[in-house]
Amino acid sequence: MSELLDIVINQSFWIAVLRIATPLLLGTLGVLLCERAGILNLGIEGIMVAGAFTGWLAVYAGAPLWLGVVAAALTGAVFGLLHAGLTVGLALSQHVSGLGVTLLASALSYYGYRVSFPKVSTPPTIVPFAEMDWIGLPILAHQTSLTLFALLLVPLIAYALYRTPVGLAVRMVGENPHAAEGQGVSVMAVRTGAIVAGSALMGVAGSFLTLSAFNAFFFNMVNGRGWICVALVVFASWRPGKALLGALLFAFFDALQLRLQQSSFAVMPYQVYLMLPYVLSIVALVLVARRASYPQALMKPYRKGER
Amino acid sequence: MRLERREVASGAALILAPIGAVGFTLLVSSLLVLWAGAAVGETYGLLLRGGFGSVFAVSETLTRAIPLMLTGLAATVAFKARLYNIGAEGQLYAGALAAIAVGGLHGGTGFDLPPPVLFVLMMLGAAVAGALLLLGPALMKLKLGVDEVVTTLLLNFIVLLAVSLMLDGPMKDPTAMGWPQSVALVGDLELSKLIPQTRVHTGLLWAVSLAAGLWALLKYTVPGFDIRAAGANARAAAFAGVPVTRTVVIVALLSGALAGLAGAIEVAGRTGYVTLDMSPGYGYAGIVIAMLAALHPLGVIAASVFVAGVLVGADSMSRVIGVPTYIADVIVAASLISVLVATMLTQYRIRFG
Amino acid sequence: MPDPILTLSNITKRFGSLVANDDISLRLHAGEVLALLGENGAGKSTLVSILFGHYVADAGRIEVFGKPLRTGDPKAALAAGIGMVHQHSTLADNLSVLDNVMMGSESLWRPFTRKRAARTTLAGVAQRFGLVVDPDGRVGNLSVGERQRVEILKALYRGARILILDEPTAVLTPQESEALFEVLAQMVAKGLSIIFISHKLAEVLRVSHRIAVLRGGRLVAEAGASQTTEGQLAQWMVGHAVAMPHRRPAQSVGDPVCVIREASTAIAREQLVNVSLTLNAGEIVAIAGVSGNGQVALAECLSGTRVAVSGSVELLGHAMSTQPARLVELGVARIPEDRHGVGIIGDLPVWENAVSERLRSKAFSHWSWVRRAKSRAYAQRVTAVFDVRGAGLAAPASALSGGNMQKLILGRALLHPDSQASKTVTPRLIVAHQPTWGLDIGAVAYVQQQLIAARDAGAAVLLISDDLDEVLMLGDRVAVMHAGRLSPARKTQDWSREAIGLAMAGGTETGAGDSSRETQTAGP
Repeated sequence: MSELLDIVINQSFWIAVLRIATPLLLGTLGVLLCERAGILNLGIEGIMVAGAFTGWLAVYAGAPLWLGVVAAALTGAVFGLLHAGLTVGLALSQHVSGLGVTLLASALSYYGYRVSFPKVSTPPTIVPFAEMDWIGLPILAHQTSLTLFALLLVPLIAYALYRTPVGLAVRMVGENPHAAEGQGVSVMAVRTGAIVAGSALMGVAGSFLTLSAFNAFFFNMVNGRGWICVALVVFASWRPGKALLGALLFAFFDALQLRLQQSSFAVMPYQVYLMLPYVLSIVALVLVARRASYPQALMKPYRKGER
Repeated sequence: MRLERREVASGAALILAPIGAVGFTLLVSSLLVLWAGAAVGETYGLLLRGGFGSVFAVSETLTRAIPLMLTGLAATVAFKARLYNIGAEGQLYAGALAAIAVGGLHGGTGFDLPPPVLFVLMMLGAAVAGALLLLGPALMKLKLGVDEVVTTLLLNFIVLLAVSLMLDGPMKDPTAMGWPQSVALVGDLELSKLIPQTRVHTGLLWAVSLAAGLWALLKYTVPGFDIRAAGANARAAAFAGVPVTRTVVIVALLSGALAGLAGAIEVAGRTGYVTLDMSPGYGYAGIVIAMLAALHPLGVIAASVFVAGVLVGADSMSRVIGVPTYIADVIVAASLISVLVATMLTQYRIRFG
Repeated sequence: MPDPILTLSNITKRFGSLVANDDISLRLHAGEVLALLGENGAGKSTLVSILFGHYVADAGRIEVFGKPLRTGDPKAALAAGIGMVHQHSTLADNLSVLDNVMMGSESLWRPFTRKRAARTTLAGVAQRFGLVVDPDGRVGNLSVGERQRVEILKALYRGARILILDEPTAVLTPQESEALFEVLAQMVAKGLSIIFISHKLAEVLRVSHRIAVLRGGRLVAEAGASQTTEGQLAQWMVGHAVAMPHRRPAQSVGDPVCVIREASTAIAREQLVNVSLTLNAGEIVAIAGVSGNGQVALAECLSGTRVAVSGSVELLGHAMSTQPARLVELGVARIPEDRHGVGIIGDLPVWENAVSERLRSKAFSHWSWVRRAKSRAYAQRVTAVFDVRGAGLAAPASALSGGNMQKLILGRALLHPDSQASKTVTPRLIVAHQPTWGLDIGAVAYVQQQLIAARDAGAAVLLISDDLDEVLMLGDRVAVMHAGRLSPARKTQDWSREAIGLAMAGGTETGAGDSSRETQTAGP
């Protein structure tokens, strides 16, 4: 038992937790924005791949790191626009469209990677974001500025959702689009905006992997993180604060299983520990399912002038 | 901008929509080919020849189409009942594992049963494994309201880790020199070849018969009506006397079983053992195929041959002129999106203002 | 007459081949209530949707306060002082009243909302027109009447000078309707103008100064309310004289067919609380009440789609089956309230919808194999006998108009497969929930005649309706539903309109029965 305690009181453990939580938090906030506006975005998995790739590619080509993040956000926004066109403009099935976007975004990224680097065996590297030594706070000092950005987004998005007219509009189109239309607010514009913004965040979430957590782009690096974000949003009841809590909780268990693999607790094959995060996501969904209050218009296509 | 339902499908739209869909897909992929510095015409020529240009090419395409057909059917029946099973990938692996568990050479000859009996047991085991894997998410959806999309997606990762665990442990092939690979299937259980000197096997007949069977089930039987009714409008179906919950459970079992069979047939017909990369995303591709086929079981046959042809052709083309094989995934994804849009535009018109 | 504040000139709107509005011109003056009268599909809603910017007219002009109105943009309509209370709820249940009211009133890109100022303004408006609601209440917790007040406040908060009300009384008790009319009178007295949409003749004569009648997309008549009569209006609305079924009391009431004793259901959206009722052969029992007070639960209990958790429901001496298919075989004909959402499966063909309830019987399937020829033949008979038009047997049922959809549902429920020209097999029990809602007058008469004919042939009929006129005309006995409880069913002539209205609101008029005394909410 004391070994478990040793793991948990070690500062390096909590540094890992926050690092693992960052892309999940960014992705979850992205999904949250889309779903608050009533649109399921299963494109996240592919958009994260694309963000990881373009962000990294920009930096590899010589752009400063922040420009890489911007490139990733723009990439996410473009795929978000595609998803919005399909689900908002044409009212297609949000499930199928999202899977299509995921497929397209990851295929394009892998294709682009192979075209750019046809013959490399080890992935080329970049110099990633540095730790924030200047900040003078114990755990945060070992994170990069992308983590700080993600943490600052939580109150920012909460404020925007609950305290600004545009946030009210986003919540309204996710609850009852007819109400928004009747008050002179364009459902199409608000939903499209929310999806584009949310998808940009998903792109940034991907770029965290290549520009901060690692220093290269490789295949399958997103590895289901996008799907976990979709589960975390339900767990978070579509609230930014709880999204942070959910991402941290999830990262806690993920970091723990990594440590346990190497400890004397590692009595089971390593795969069992690796399964833990996915199993936990399902458990979390089951736990909150009964009292989850979905945005009422989620996944309901809205056609102007139709009931 | 708004959508307005067409009273009658417009003739022009019915002709223009598929042309537009093909055109859009070709445009996207041509730009990518140009980016890779290859000649567009030559690339497509090689791709077509690689997929359909010779007996060998066709046989390879058909071989690849078999698992796609089965996962495509799995997605078709599930989506018909509006059960969004995105877990066919995991169910396929579960079926493959079950096939080896029943019919693998575990330090000897497996069970002491006549091969035909063992074969039936193997297929049954695979179907049950796939079915049970989807039963959980289906029950969670029905009883707790948990969205099945996320649970089935997450289960794919869990199953793949379980496969890895089995290949490291109980099912490890000791002769594979540390390569993660399962013990081999008993030779008697392997499916025979359909065309000599090629890899295409009798699994194709299984897949086509299952497609025909599913088509007949949906069109001519009461359970088939139940599936379509429950998917189209669950409340109205319940009012008309359709046992909606039971129907969704049956659909889950059926869909999971079809995906599980894809795994077993792949093991028995092509690989002979399970590896971690035996499916390059057949489960996910099945969803695309089901949508390309507009959820019609017979359309699934054609759509899976198309997708398999693109995949096989891209492999062959890539070996010659070095355009990355991922072009195939782009073509498949772009055709999915463009077909969805095209179908929508035959039913609706876009009006501005 | 002073200058009009609103002028619609030559408005035309087509949807495909349908001309929804055909060259309509109208004027509205300050302080005036203009009624738009017409049947479902006459073009009333389309016309005001154009006015409010939901649709763009194919031709025509709109002027408000002397200025042309930018079309196709609700924002422009709101800015010009037009407010609209839609027929369907346009409120977000999970948000507060204040959020719902403020929505869209501020520029989207302001860095913060001015809630405090909004609260003050809202309180002022609410007080001025006597429309009091709690600004912080969650809309989902409000009653139907309160929700409508919020809808009106939304429009007034935005400074509406012209208020459009689309079928506002459809969900109100008679007393609530009266209260609404008082509010409207106050508004008019303060100089506002109102466009009031309805298909109810008496109501239109009661509230409006001027009446415009639409039929088939055309403006067929305009008259001052004091210069016309119900009969004249009905004639204009329908285009010809319609023989409405007359009230014809039951001749011979038979044995009990269905007996409900102290039945309660679990809390869902609606519930039943200790409901008792006996339905006899050859008699129509009509249930009055405002939608949402447990009518759905009652209908579902008798349709095999919901079970009572306590008490008992008996059909023909046996416990009620919970299998719809079994009920249909026993002779229960079911007409659900929501024909699009529950009655038919729109994506499936007409013939499958016609046979869906009986698909499990031996007549239409054998070892789970559908007998397609027999099924289609039956569907053919249903569509022929009940005159279902507009789509072939193989077309998706969603292609049918509302009226034809209802005829299909009525037909499959009433036409027994064994019925021949020589012998008809009548259902034992008919559960008809809002069977005439939204139908045109001709179709209403047809449906009502079918119910009367079935009763005369010996069926027990339960009619659940929002429409008090229908209840009083068809019911041999009447009971009133409120908050999940049901008053005793009394002979129709023993009820007064006022007594029913009071009971609908949960009032405690003497003799209305003990069960209606306690006020318990049936859940949101």
